[in-house]
Amino acid sequence: MTDAATALPLPAQRRGPLAAMWRRLRRNPVTLGALGVIVVLTVVAVLAPVVAPFDPEATDPAIALSAPTWQNLLGTDVYGRDQLSRLIHAARLDLIIPFASTAAALVIGALIGALSGYRGGWVDQVIMRMVEAVLAFPAFVLAMGLTAALGNSIGNIILTLAITQVPIYIRLIRGEMLRVREMEYAEAARTVGNPSWRIVVVHLLPNCIPPLIVQATLAMGFALLTMAALSFLGLGIRPPDAEWGEMTAEGASHMVTGEWWLFVFPGLVIMATVLAFNLIGDGLRDLLDPRMRGVR
Amino acid sequence: MPPLLKVEGLSKSFPMRGLGPMLDRMRGRRTDVRAVDGVSFDIAPGETLGLVGESGCGKSTVARCLLRLVEPTSGSVRLDDTEVTRLNGSALQRLRHGMQMVFQDPTAALNPRLSVRRMVEEPLRLHTTLGPSERRARVDDVLVAVGLGPDFAARYAHELSGGQKQRVNIARAIVTDPRFVVLDEPTSALDVSLRSRIILLLEALRENRGLSYLFISHDIATVKYLAHRVAVMYLGAIVEQAETRELFANPLHPYTRALLSAVPIPDPDARRERFALAGEVPSPVDIPAGCRLRGRCPLAQPICAQPVPLREAAPGHWVACHLVGKG
Repeated sequence: MTDAATALPLPAQRRGPLAAMWRRLRRNPVTLGALGVIVVLTVVAVLAPVVAPFDPEATDPAIALSAPTWQNLLGTDVYGRDQLSRLIHAARLDLIIPFASTAAALVIGALIGALSGYRGGWVDQVIMRMVEAVLAFPAFVLAMGLTAALGNSIGNIILTLAITQVPIYIRLIRGEMLRVREMEYAEAARTVGNPSWRIVVVHLLPNCIPPLIVQATLAMGFALLTMAALSFLGLGIRPPDAEWGEMTAEGASHMVTGEWWLFVFPGLVIMATVLAFNLIGDGLRDLLDPRMRGVR
Repeated sequence: MPPLLKVEGLSKSFPMRGLGPMLDRMRGRRTDVRAVDGVSFDIAPGETLGLVGESGCGKSTVARCLLRLVEPTSGSVRLDDTEVTRLNGSALQRLRHGMQMVFQDPTAALNPRLSVRRMVEEPLRLHTTLGPSERRARVDDVLVAVGLGPDFAARYAHELSGGQKQRVNIARAIVTDPRFVVLDEPTSALDVSLRSRIILLLEALRENRGLSYLFISHDIATVKYLAHRVAVMYLGAIVEQAETRELFANPLHPYTRALLSAVPIPDPDARRERFALAGEVPSPVDIPAGCRLRGRCPLAQPICAQPVPLREAAPGHWVACHLVGKG
């Protein structure tokens, strides 16, 4: 490399980190496929009223419990509601609730974790002991207890899912903070006269983001699964609203009478979505962390 | 001329934690690491003071104490008439306007997620009331001054070479027109071929902008070129201090003599005094009483166990050795 004075002209087209990531992503068909699944689901959820063949709430006793036909592709339930339309409409809740809870947990966890890691000392000790207290409960038991105590409105379910996730982000960001706060650029930021909050928010947090993205993607799958399980147990979304877990629960009661389409399809959708989130998370980990490349 | 920076009796010790040191303390033993132990010096406006010594002798801790990146245990640091060690809050942040630092590792000192412009502009954003266009102009100017040019403002650290990164670090340090800059081994992470260019740049900036430097290095050759005066540090204390020419021509302290005799001379025929010390640097936890070099010095005498202050052996030439001037 030449030094300074002779300024090299910049390449006409600069390859940003995003472009580099896209190139590597293209070589990873599994992650790309999983990403496709989530994108399609999101589009379907957004356009639900347009895409769904029927009104998801419209009952028709004449075709109750009908097996898949050309008219009702995935069959109908006890009230004669079209299952495909209900699955499509349910995608809205099933995507927005995990997303909202993960986003909330991410923001709160990042701030508390950053405080804990950057300040250290007794602040760190207190926060870490609290985190351990929350983590001592199995996540699902904690979620059950919280929804049972708070009541199962959509807001409360988001809150519950966020609370079960927050400790993970606190730990993650705290660990990252311990690493980056010792970097020389942190000291340089202090030398230049940054107040502490600016060092953390402007200089350090952006350097902690990659593992956070991975964790958040994996957590989306987990949050969806938890919500579906809560609904399955009757602690989550309540019946008139369509939700995959609640639909599986309703279908399960028909298992012995042979109406298989009522539990198989919602179950498959949950499985596919959770799998997609996990695969994206795994793929992102490989993409964002050069050390992980070629390990598996 | 009154000094720009005056440091007196600066000390920094780090307490050791754990059960072992705690028991030692109960038995009345010292268990703290005395990284810097009563260091005093001053720097005149426009002057460069070289601070040399082996790794681990406390040079960098001195630098960090001056800027309050590390809190000194005791002692005083005055910049003009401001007692730096007593500042806090916003007054401490204002100090950064007049006192800056260039770090050793140019890569680690640049935030990988910020553009050159964001980084160089930041001190202006924090300490001045300049508007966006004025800040832009200042950043462009200072990038030109360090030999980069405005084109570099949009780049990120990973798009720069080592020498270019160090130029960005220098630009960030001088953008607010500070009067005093600490250079903490600014060339030791660079290729030899780049060193001289960075040294020339630093010298030119000092002359054009009236800067004063504390130049920390273990590279004797660059110190010789850049510094007006040199202070030699050993195990947390200054053992000798003199004008650069005087120090190199007439080193008095045995440690300085050993240090200088270890510098290779690029001439196979050169003959000179060989002066070697025995053993290793002792741990800064138990510094020998009296002269710190006592255990390793080939000239050691019984008197060396007595405390040894810096004395003026010749005009402007200070040395902490009992044996100097006694034959």
